[in-house]
Amino acid sequence: MIKSHYLLLLACLLSATVRAETLTIAVASNFAKPMSEIARAFEKESNHSVRVAFGSSGKLAAQLLQGAPFHMFFSADQDKPELLLKRGIATSGSSFTYALGGLALWSSDPTIDPERVLREGSFTKIALANPRLAPYGIAATEVLLNLALLEASKPRWVLGENIAQTYQFVESGNAELGFVATSQIMENGKLIKGASWPVPQNLHNPIRQDAVLIGKQPSRAAREFAAFVRGAEVTNIIERYGYQTVEADSRAAP
Amino acid sequence: MILTDADLQAIGLTLRLASTVTVLLLLLGTPLAWWLARTSSWLKAPIGALVALPLVLPPTVLGFYLLVAMGPNGPLGQLTQSLGLGSLAFSFWGLVVGSIFYSLPFVVQPIQNSIEAMGARPLEIAATLGAGPIDRFFTVVVPLAKGGIITAAVLGFAHTIGEFGVVLMIGGNIPGETRVLSVQIYDHVEALEYGRAHWLAAGMLVFSFLTLLTLYVFQGRKRRSNALSFGG
Amino acid sequence: MKVSGIEAAFKLAYSAPIAGRKAPETNFALDVRLKLPGSGITGIYGTSGSGKTTLLRCIAGLLKADEGELKVNGEVWQDKRDMVPTHERSMAYVFQESSLFPHLTVGENLDYAIKRAAAVDKSFYAHILELMDIERLLQRSSDQLSGGEKQRVAIARAFLVRPKLLLMDEPLASLDAGRKQEILPYLERLHDEFDLPVLYVSHALDELARLADHLLVMHQGQVLADGSIEAVLSRTDLPVPLGDDTGVVLPATVVERDSQWHLVKVEFSGGSLWVRDSGDAIGNTLRIRVLARDVSLALSSHHDSSILNRIPVTVLDLTPDSDEAMVLVRLSAGQSILIARITRRSVAHLKLAPGNTLWAQIKSVAVVR
Repeated sequence: MIKSHYLLLLACLLSATVRAETLTIAVASNFAKPMSEIARAFEKESNHSVRVAFGSSGKLAAQLLQGAPFHMFFSADQDKPELLLKRGIATSGSSFTYALGGLALWSSDPTIDPERVLREGSFTKIALANPRLAPYGIAATEVLLNLALLEASKPRWVLGENIAQTYQFVESGNAELGFVATSQIMENGKLIKGASWPVPQNLHNPIRQDAVLIGKQPSRAAREFAAFVRGAEVTNIIERYGYQTVEADSRAAP
Repeated sequence: MILTDADLQAIGLTLRLASTVTVLLLLLGTPLAWWLARTSSWLKAPIGALVALPLVLPPTVLGFYLLVAMGPNGPLGQLTQSLGLGSLAFSFWGLVVGSIFYSLPFVVQPIQNSIEAMGARPLEIAATLGAGPIDRFFTVVVPLAKGGIITAAVLGFAHTIGEFGVVLMIGGNIPGETRVLSVQIYDHVEALEYGRAHWLAAGMLVFSFLTLLTLYVFQGRKRRSNALSFGG
Repeated sequence: MKVSGIEAAFKLAYSAPIAGRKAPETNFALDVRLKLPGSGITGIYGTSGSGKTTLLRCIAGLLKADEGELKVNGEVWQDKRDMVPTHERSMAYVFQESSLFPHLTVGENLDYAIKRAAAVDKSFYAHILELMDIERLLQRSSDQLSGGEKQRVAIARAFLVRPKLLLMDEPLASLDAGRKQEILPYLERLHDEFDLPVLYVSHALDELARLADHLLVMHQGQVLADGSIEAVLSRTDLPVPLGDDTGVVLPATVVERDSQWHLVKVEFSGGSLWVRDSGDAIGNTLRIRVLARDVSLALSSHHDSSILNRIPVTVLDLTPDSDEAMVLVRLSAGQSILIARITRRSVAHLKLAPGNTLWAQIKSVAVVR
């Protein structure tokens, strides 16, 4: 019995350099579209395969706290990766900002000017992500605060549990306006439908989306993937979806 | 106090929603159950299946279609707008409408079962004694299906309290209007505030258990006392 | 002038088995056209599945015939286009099994009928309660009653509707023989007191012989015979074998009492018979039932047997019985008809033929009313 265990371990060690691994990564919903593309690109380049689980950052973080077997976590904010680092679940020193979220005020009605409607207050419902749960929601409240519209608009807020649901509220026309992620309404640098006002970045703090590796000893494939995400090819993909990327020098070292 | 004002507000709203929905469901569901139990129309099967849909559909599907239907271009939205009622989405009454759909099978099926168990005979007897259809409904169907109606009311109430997916989709999380208990718990969990989530979640668990326990005890007693009813 | 009588015509076909029936009846059809008397009890006799309950349900409006016409004492209840709903028909129905509402007490069950009926005065109510002997049951709930008590309450409730037509569907069939005997006198009392047309469905001829004035025989959804009970029961040409129940009923008058032997002499149009004294006064009219199996035939009048009653008769006709060994012989005795059920061998031995005169020996006679 013991002998066979050693043999198995030995076989694993020998094959580690060449053996294909399957990575399971947890990704915040807003980053779903670019991540699918990134994963495909990575699989093409390496012999590893990638499985992606999408969900709200809060739910994914809760699952990780309970020992979910993910190799990597792409959060929509910085708080949750920090919490995982503090609890010793994430690999220390592995966190980095993979994208800066872009915020847009959007309407599914192409004939209106969302910014003017917002400033005039000529709407009945405005959708935003729940600021308690989503960084896009916090950014949206910052915008409203800076425009001195926070208190006036509050009674007309409808809160999505996440940015995807917020999008749904606006898309179905139930809310005339909503703060959504640029990545949701843009494809290849063009607005897919409706009318949007890209919110100037001076109106809110940057929406930093951080990623961390999970576990004390992350696998080689996970490290490879983390490095790949920060490469020039991926930066291109990310920016095409309306995100910004931070300058290489401002990134934390892995 | 362990519960915040927001928690208490959510509890109050939830109770108000569940009571409203239960009353409306009994008013709508009882005649519907009677029709389903008695009709031989070809529509029986499709209507019965429609009523039962929420049992198998994920609430998000129902919620998604309700959201679309309530939108300015949806049929419900156009109806409420033409009636001058504005939009149902993100409103208490929108939740009421959604919950009625969602909890419908829990109310219709127990009543339908007890009317079917009652059989046609009591209604025939009442007719031969000069009772018209509405008279029969109130003097025969309602008292003889009482057990089913009580079960329906309890299940409809409890199920509305526990409703989440539909509310999430059409509610918009407005405090005092659409932020019900289950959404409040979800928010606590999502915000990783497990302590606050626990108090509400455990409270809901105990409430639901006690509700069902009461129902089962009541049903057990009813079954024994009914052993000697018709033809017995 | 008031038109008296019930005119009914129904056509109904089932293409599928009827749900809830023990024996599925495929392609069962009801096809009847009837004129029934507007008073008295009309018995509807038939074996199970003959369509008698279906006919009753059509008359009540509980079942919609494919084609139906119904007129009750001049009132149209159903014609080609319209159908008066059950609850608007001035009619009451007594079901075979207990039909009391389980959620109401006996008193409340009766009130249910009264509230929906044309004014029922106190004395009528009290009278019905007394007739059916149910005053002491009013506070009980229906599951505290015996089968016979339940049926008495159901019958009382039917009368409190003050119907113009009473339909009874095997009201005694769910009761054992003892309970049946307990209820029959109540039904007779009602028959004697109220001039109300009653349609009484039963598969028990003894019950009908006692109660019915008029008899309808049904078989496979059709009416085979329809007439006064005396006339119908004196026929031997019905395709429905009655077996041991074959026999005639005769109206008779009490003429003499023999207290020493506890007998009374009754006279009918064909002669006189000694029967058990059941306390009837001289001059009373009775109904007696003579079963075919109790009648034997002899060429001469023997006085050396235990048989008390001998009547001179003439052979009318002979019909083979469903039992191959037996023959039914119809006999005329004055204006009346008797039927004897004897073996074929006896027929050959006595060389019986229509027109023969001989003696009928009657072993037993039942006073049925």
